[in-house]
This record gives sequence, C-alpha cells and structure tokens, in this order.
Amino acid sequence: MVLHFEKMLQYAPYFQRGMLYTILLSACTVAIGFVLALAVALIRISKPGKSLLSRGCNKALHFITGLYIEVVRGTPMLVQVMIVYYVLFHPKLLPKPQFTLFGFITGDLFVPALVAISLNSGAYVAEIVRAGIQGVDYGQTEACRSLGMTKLQNMRYIVLPQAIKNILPAIANEFVTIIKESSVCSVIGVQELMKNTQQVQGASFLPAEPLLIAAALYLCMTVPTSKIIAYFERRMRRGDQR
Amino acid sequence: MATSGNLIQVKDLVKTFESRIHALDHVSLAINQGDVVVIVGPSGSGKSTFLRSLNLLEEPTSGEVIFEGVNIAGKRVNIDVHRQKMGMVFQHFNLFPHLTILQNMTLAPMKVKKIPQKEAEEKALALLDRVGLRDRAEAYPIQLSGGQKQRVAIVRALCMEPEVMLFDEPTSALDPEMVGEVLEVMKSLAREGMTMVVVTHEMGFAREVATRVIFMDSGKIVEENPPEEFFQNPQSERLKDFLAKVL
Ligand SMILES: Nc1ncnc2c1ncn2[C@@H]1O[C@H](COP(=O)(O)OP(=O)(O)O)[C@@H](O)[C@H]1O
Ligand SMILES: [Mg+2]
Repeated sequence: MVLHFEKMLQYAPYFQRGMLYTILLSACTVAIGFVLALAVALIRISKPGKSLLSRGCNKALHFITGLYIEVVRGTPMLVQVMIVYYVLFHPKLLPKPQFTLFGFITGDLFVPALVAISLNSGAYVAEIVRAGIQGVDYGQTEACRSLGMTKLQNMRYIVLPQAIKNILPAIANEFVTIIKESSVCSVIGVQELMKNTQQVQGASFLPAEPLLIAAALYLCMTVPTSKIIAYFERRMRRGDQR
Repeated sequence: MATSGNLIQVKDLVKTFESRIHALDHVSLAINQGDVVVIVGPSGSGKSTFLRSLNLLEEPTSGEVIFEGVNIAGKRVNIDVHRQKMGMVFQHFNLFPHLTILQNMTLAPMKVKKIPQKEAEEKALALLDRVGLRDRAEAYPIQLSGGQKQRVAIVRALCMEPEVMLFDEPTSALDPEMVGEVLEVMKSLAREGMTMVVVTHEMGFAREVATRVIFMDSGKIVEENPPEEFFQNPQSERLKDFLAKVL
C-alpha cells in the first residue's frame, strides 16, 4: 500500500483549524469542568449543619450531586453529547447561541459541545478533587481553625492550594483525556479535528492518510501537554522539597 | 472580659466518642490569668481531648467552657472570634507546607484581624528574632528542623496575640537534642506571664514553670496541685504509680 501524504498538503488548513478547535474546546472544558467539579466536591464533603433547614438542603444537594456523578459515569459520552445537543439545546428548550470565533468556530455547535463534555469531565474531576481535599492532613485544618480562620478561609488558603497541588497530575491527565474524547463531538457536526479529518477523507478520496495525520496531530497535542504540566508540577513542588 | 479573674472556666465537661468511649468524664477546672497549667497522665487518659475542647476543636458532648465570660461551647457562638485569642501548638507542628515561614505567621493576622501586610510582617519578624529564626523567614517549613518548626509554630500562634496558649505534647515528636530549644521558648513565655495550658511528659518543665500540675486518668482529673506538692506528696495510688514510671 502506497501512502500519498503529499496529497494532504492542500488540506493543511482543515487540520490546522481542527486542531485549534480541539484545543480551544478542551481548554475551556477543563476550566469549566474544574469549577463544576470543585463545587460538586465541596458539596459532597460538606457536613450538615444543626438546623433542620441546613440538614434538608445538605441532604438534597448530596442526592443531586450523587445522582449527577452516577448518571455521567454510567452512560456513554456519545449519548451524553447527543442528549445535550438534541434534547437540552432543543429549540423549544434552550436557544443555541449564535456567535462566531476566528471565523470558523460557531456558538450553535461549540456551546452544546462545551456543555456536554464539561458536564462529563466535571463528574470525573469532582471525585479527583474530593480525594485531593480529603488527602490534605487534617492537622492543617486544625492549625488553621485554631488561629481563628473561618471554614471558608481554611478551604481557600490552606486546604485547596495543597489539594490542587496534589491533584495536578490527575487534572493534566484529564486535559489529555478530553483532547482525545472531544472527538466524539464530531457526531453532532462540531468542526474539531476528527470532523475535519472525515471531511478531508471525503474530499481527497483517501481513507488512510487523513486518519494517520489526525493520530499524529492528537499525539502532538497530548504529549507536550503532559510534559508541560509535569514541568509546572515540579516547579510548584520545589517549595516543599528543598 | 471575665469578672471573676478566671480566664477559662470548664464546667462539668463530658466528651463521648461513638457514644461509648468516655474520653472526658465530668471534668471541671478554672484557669486564671497567668496560670501555667501542666497536664500529665497516661496515654489515652483524655489529655488531648480536654485541651482540644478548650478551643472547641473537639465539640464537647455536654458541659461548659467559659472563656472571658462567654460559654463558647454553647450554641449560636461564633467560635472563630474566640479562637483568635487561644493559640494552639500541636505535637506535629502543623505548619502550612505551601507557605513560607513568614507567610505562615502573617496569614491569620492579615485575613482574620485585617492587619496590613507590612505591619503583620514586622511583628512576625520581631517574633522570629526572639526565637532566633529571623534568617529563616523566607524558608519553607520542609527546610527546617523539628525544633525550628515547633518554635515557628509557637510564634505563629503568638502573632495573633492570644490570651492563652494551649500546647499538646509540643516536644513529643522531636529528637531529644531539640527538646531543650522548644522548652526554652515555652519557659520564657511563662516567665512573661502568658497563660498556658500544657500537655507534656516533660516533668522538669512542670516542676520549673507550672503553677499547677494536673493528673488525668480515664477521662477524669484525679489530682491537681502546685508542682512541689504534686511531685513530693502524691495522694492517689494511680498518680504514685504514674510518677514511679515516668520519673
Ligand atoms: N476522634 C476520636 N474518635 C474516637 N475516639 C477517640 C478520638 N479521639 C480520642 N479518642 C479516644 O478518647 C480517649 C482519650 O484520648 P486522648 O484525649 O487523645 O488521650 P491522651 O491525649 O491523654 O493520650 C482515648 O481512649 C482515645 O482512644
Ligand atoms: Mg494526646
């Protein structure tokens, strides 16, 4: 079998745009997914207060977040993406945002895709964040609270900085995972790398070359991402290792 | 402020874990301004639980902890306000590893008392100077020895200008050659008139600086006396046994 990579040159802009789309979508997903995960994790480790109202709220929130995590983990991402696009963003329910970024990223596809995979990522990262928070020595909290700092200040200045440092490798891994998994968004027509690759296949009548290039490009995104975050992790850790 | 002269008054304190472990069994104690109360007793006798109940790190099952005239174990008390005035030093230091020594010391004054950074740093540096660690202000906790860490932990608590300092076995996790430097800092604090409650196995410290020594066993205060009396003339069999083992 002879491969004609030279015929791919004219399609370079497709791959370029696809890559940019994938990176942007993944970066936004990690950010939104993390914020969502943080909120869910904080709910899941929260203890009920003394009043009846507080206990009721706590119970309800625990139930909702528990259900959310179960549903996301128990269903295929492909199904989740399609449900968000066809059901949640059904014209009668939620209007699809109309905006354009860089001339090729359109809100009507980008936003549903972002919502779907952020919801997915948030559920997985929530458990990572929770483990990270619970992994911080409880003596830290006691020392902080004994100085008169509030629960919130303890979270913000003492527990979360240490927890996030501990879970950074897992978050990096999540970013890498999303870069790859975001390819399922091609099923609803999102113009990320995989969708564009399929279009090149169609236009060039070559099935193999675009796929091999796509695989190489995914590697180009995932490998450096892991390395960069590993580097920052080492730098952040320097403080406590000298 | 307290009207009776008692800085802390503990009344009938009970702490039960998992509804069967009676860590504190109706403990009452008054601590006056300037007191140095040393608590000794066998492992598991409830010393830590008692100390930690004083600043509500442990929530009592029943009873009162009256600090400056307020029952801080009561409902509807904003405990954070009272904890600011009760410094605590832990066996395992519990310095914040992601912050420098200076940041460890200035965080609470800045965030809780809203003291400007410059002022908080000046105060912290003066305190570091006092314990001979001014040159380590920019270091991280991991770079310090155990004795240095514990000295930092003490001055970190002092940065909040507490009314009382609580120590839970502050030298138990230290290598023997570092115990002295920490005890020295504690002694100088005591000499300055700081009110202190100290759980320790250092009988020399108790003899030298305690105003009262308390012996706890099975969640109860068994004996309470000035040091000479306490060591020379123990009353209960249990204390006699205990002293025979540790002295
Ligand atoms: N968080 C806890 N949960 C259950 N039991 C505890 C807890 N903390 C302390 N205890 C129990 O309470 C008793 C008193 O413990 P502690 O106050 O730590 O004793 P000491 O400091 O004198 O060694 C012990 O029997 C101990 O096992
Ligand atoms: Mg103890």
